[in-house]
Amino acid sequence: MVLPNIAHLPTAAPEEILRPARPWFIVATLACALAANLLPLSGVALALRPDFIALVLLYWCIQEPRYAGVGIAWGVGLVMDVGDATLFGQHALAYAFLAYAAEYFRRRVLRFPLWQQAAQVAALLGLCAGLVLLVRYVGGAPLPRWTYAVPPLVGALLWPVVTLVLQWLQRPGGH
Amino acid sequence: MRHIPVEPPPFFRRGPSPLARLVFFGLISIALLFVDTRYHYLEGIRHVAATILYPLQRAAQLPGEALAGAGNYFASLRSLTEDNVALKRQSVEHAAAAQAFAATQQENARLRALLDVRTNYATAARAVDVLYTSRDPFAQKLFVDKGADADIRPGEAVIDADGVVGQVTRVYPNMAEVTLVTDKDHAVPVQVQRSGVRSVLYGAGAGRAPELRFMAPSADIQVGDVLVTSGLDGTYPPGLAVARVATLERETGQIFARIACAPIAGVDRSEHLLVLGRATAAFPRPEEPTDLDTAKKPGKGKRRSGGIP
Repeated sequence: MVLPNIAHLPTAAPEEILRPARPWFIVATLACALAANLLPLSGVALALRPDFIALVLLYWCIQEPRYAGVGIAWGVGLVMDVGDATLFGQHALAYAFLAYAAEYFRRRVLRFPLWQQAAQVAALLGLCAGLVLLVRYVGGAPLPRWTYAVPPLVGALLWPVVTLVLQWLQRPGGH
Repeated sequence: MRHIPVEPPPFFRRGPSPLARLVFFGLISIALLFVDTRYHYLEGIRHVAATILYPLQRAAQLPGEALAGAGNYFASLRSLTEDNVALKRQSVEHAAAAQAFAATQQENARLRALLDVRTNYATAARAVDVLYTSRDPFAQKLFVDKGADADIRPGEAVIDADGVVGQVTRVYPNMAEVTLVTDKDHAVPVQVQRSGVRSVLYGAGAGRAPELRFMAPSADIQVGDVLVTSGLDGTYPPGLAVARVATLERETGQIFARIACAPIAGVDRSEHLLVLGRATAAFPRPEEPTDLDTAKKPGKGKRRSGGIP
């Protein structure tokens, strides 16, 4: 019996093996995202600024659903509500939905290359922004301008960058 | 580069399902939203959380401050000299007015004493710097770098060099939240400087001009009129410039004129602001609303976080 010669078969690229995420690392990235969200921006920069917390939460909910889920997202949302001085529970509700949607779609999202993942991330971030809009509109706030739709799109464009950076940090010897 | 995550097979139950958690946390969120909108029980929790968050917030401001510091360092000597000359000239120009002001103030005090009128506002003012504008696209707010530590209280008026910017609505230990006059839930009792007609200026939200509502089409008001605070609410000292009438539509078929105004102060630009102290002696509330202005007060009471005495 002739065994197939496996020497010429492609081997897994070393980048694809990541160290398992440690809880402190997830907390650290979320803290960085929170700091990025709290940057004192104004004008155009503020209009373009994506929700970094939503992006990082989405990454962890998709990659490490054992550690990051609806509960964590809800807690982070409450912190964001305080940081932004918005209604208590507004971000919490939106992030909880985001985490649930990520959990629901994660196998599907992971099937695609990064730039196609970005399109699906745009839909998820749009859902998150839409929920905030709904909550505030019911609460009596005026409808925002069309620029309200820009941050989710910018966030989706940043998705490949966030993914690559976080994976690079998780790579063996990457720290 | 695709990364396939590895996870153990779900042999063991790992707590409640995501849907159950979503329903649980979603209901808590909705309850929180309801309580925060209707009542104000959660302010204590908010203060504690804001205090914990403060170091992170300051850390987020460091890069911007460092950049500004570097920019200042490299500001050319020439522009500083020019500024200096201009400021000295301005100071001389203002000197006459300042001296006249002192005399006027003394005269005013004597007249007030003669007429037995109480002094209606404290002159205590604290200079503050804007930390950042609110990231909430639904509200017009900004945060300043002093709070309870500088004895700033909710309801105090905030002005810049040109006019009213807004009022303090929330005070944290080291910072304070200012609701701008352009916020949808904000109203300022004003008076037309030229004719003395009183009204209330309502904010309309981001990108929309504040307006005077419920003004009869026949009211004595013109485009370009300056609106100053009337001081009737006890929050804003009287006589501060607020806005200028920008457009005016008097349609015969309408009950009210449509009056859009433009804020005079650099509401979205000013970096250095002044927080004015509250009225030292609040006027007693009248028993029954008698004239037009007191009848308008209940409308102001709808403000979510307003500082009504």
